Amino acid sequence: MNAIPAIRWQKLKKQSSSFFVTGFAVLLLAAFLMPFLYMLFTSVKTFTQMTAANSPIWPAANPTYVYQGQNKATYTFTVNKAGFPVQQVVNMNDFIGKTLQIYSVPLADGSHKNLALLLGYNKSSIFLDPQHPAAAPIVWTGFFKALPRPWTLSPTWSNFLAVWNDINYPRVLGNTFFYAITTTIGVLISCTVVAFGFSRFRFPGRDLLFVVMIATLFLPATVTIIPTFTFFVKIHWVGTWLPLIVPTFFANPYDTFLLRQYFMTLPRELDEAAMMDGASPLRILWSVILPQSWPVIVAVTVFHVVYAWNDYFGPLIYLSTNMNSQPVSVALARFNGIYGQQPQLIQAGALMTLIIPLILFFLAQRFFVQGIVITGVEK
Amino acid sequence: MENLTHLPKLPSIGSIRKLPPNAKREFRNGMGFLSPWIIGFLAFTFLPTIATLIFTFLNLKITDGLFSPLKFVGLDNWITLAKDNTIWNARPNSSPGALWITIRFGLLALPVGILVPLGIAVLMNSPHLKARNIFRTLFYMPYIIPFVASVFLWAGVLNPETGWINQILVALGVPKGSLPGWANDIHWVYPAYILFGIWGIGNAFLTMLAGIQGVPTELYDAAKVDGAGGFASFWNVTFPMISPVIFYNLILSVVGLFQYFLVPLAFNLGTGDPGGATMFLNLKIYKTFFLFQNMSYGSTLAWMLFLVILIVTIVLFSTARYWVYYASERSN
Repeated sequence: MNAIPAIRWQKLKKQSSSFFVTGFAVLLLAAFLMPFLYMLFTSVKTFTQMTAANSPIWPAANPTYVYQGQNKATYTFTVNKAGFPVQQVVNMNDFIGKTLQIYSVPLADGSHKNLALLLGYNKSSIFLDPQHPAAAPIVWTGFFKALPRPWTLSPTWSNFLAVWNDINYPRVLGNTFFYAITTTIGVLISCTVVAFGFSRFRFPGRDLLFVVMIATLFLPATVTIIPTFTFFVKIHWVGTWLPLIVPTFFANPYDTFLLRQYFMTLPRELDEAAMMDGASPLRILWSVILPQSWPVIVAVTVFHVVYAWNDYFGPLIYLSTNMNSQPVSVALARFNGIYGQQPQLIQAGALMTLIIPLILFFLAQRFFVQGIVITGVEK
Repeated sequence: MENLTHLPKLPSIGSIRKLPPNAKREFRNGMGFLSPWIIGFLAFTFLPTIATLIFTFLNLKITDGLFSPLKFVGLDNWITLAKDNTIWNARPNSSPGALWITIRFGLLALPVGILVPLGIAVLMNSPHLKARNIFRTLFYMPYIIPFVASVFLWAGVLNPETGWINQILVALGVPKGSLPGWANDIHWVYPAYILFGIWGIGNAFLTMLAGIQGVPTELYDAAKVDGAGGFASFWNVTFPMISPVIFYNLILSVVGLFQYFLVPLAFNLGTGDPGGATMFLNLKIYKTFFLFQNMSYGSTLAWMLFLVILIVTIVLFSTARYWVYYASERSN
């Protein structure tokens, strides 16, 4: 009898659950990503807005009005400049082509109107109504500087230009690309070779070495940095790219593990057939394994490019003496030291730093996610 | 799933000579392919670790020549360390030592670093969630933002005067006098760092989500038959099934938290401000070596940190058998 209402009730319940769960996730995500919005808004604000009290959170500017000369008459007003009334002559021709500041002026009827300031004094001011430029000016009693100013949406792009020039962005970007590309080549060559060794040969000691390699993931970098850095100082590599690039050609445990896990899933029949045909192991790696492995190769490439792009500590210690070679992370930190009091420049710089890894991530997110899942779940 | 708690039984390397020729070739080729890692491991990991240990018994300066005679000082550096109040002090109402600072912050940050990604993973797994791939991508996204850039974003948001978080608090009615000072305030600097740390949950939540999605649905059906509700089925099915992933993330978090120093270096310029609350152990090592160029004492602190991490990791691994569930192990 009540079968249909029951189904409807079920459906309604399901819809409302998905409404509440998704709504909750949206709220959570909004809080989580709020700093992004802060960055986007702040990076297109002006310094004036940053320092103005009661300015809105979105990028805005105080509107102005350029008088076109719709009214060429001359008026004489009695105004209170500094405590006593005086005569003031206003010739509208004087204001043609002038940029006038807009204030929110309280009128006699209690409403507020945005008026353009013609002449302002301590005790009263003369305004023009921009909506009726041909009408006579309006005298208002009070101190104009105490009036609120309206804000209108107005993003400014000059912060990006300032950062671009100040940190020499093209060079910094070139350095970062150079670092990312050379080290990614190092990682791809060395890690595929080592992963092939771990996944396709059986010999005594292999599993011990694998365990040692995984254990190094948990070794604090601090325990190796002092002799390593000192050694690089002694051979005059500090201030060059070499300490950052050369070690990447000796396989890191993270990417090797990822590649090895993938290679393990590939069927051995193909490499055995190639071996029968007399192919060398290196040939098998190149012609049999790698063509089947492009998803994991893409994942490792993206991981490493992002890692190199974001790396801060390595370039900080090895390139702090060489400003011309610094990548974007170090240059941005230096920029912050100079312009720390100008958040709009800092946020513009941050946006210019994160935009490329962000684009790369969105393009390759499928491989990214797979790679992380392989390393995290299978250990 | 591989098992981190039990290492495989290994044949000794001494038995290689007795191998048949086929196996010898396999050994030669295999070691050949592993050689880049082996050389790199020796050059950049093993030898530096040993060198750091040797440095702790010397009196070295970075200006010494590569072959200048070594000055052995025995256990002097270790004795200095044992007496170093700036490391060990844990008395209340006095400036805390670096190890205590590290542990205290770690105890606050660790639960957040595990429970927040777990909570988000559970939410992302909800059958009621629409467009979950978009949510998954966006919750992961901050993880790939350059560290320096994300520090600037958070320093901006957490700015006591102009930051949005305090402006929201004002809008919610918090009086201006009692607003948190975040990174400049000795009582709020850890919450500020922990909030910042939430942006680093990407890997943890993705691996936990994958773990949750890998739980066979029959187990949930069986739990339902037994009358388990939402929480009971999470506690009795999901949690044990994903305990290896949680354990993996726990180990990574603990190791990471003991080495915590880039955040105070970037947020508070490595000064230890406010009030010495951010002079973490690893930051102290960094300053001892890079700023004060004291190689030997820096090395001693580094080895101390290494030993502390080793001991804590071993303790965690020894607890694993009581709460980490390895399917492959039980089915044998």
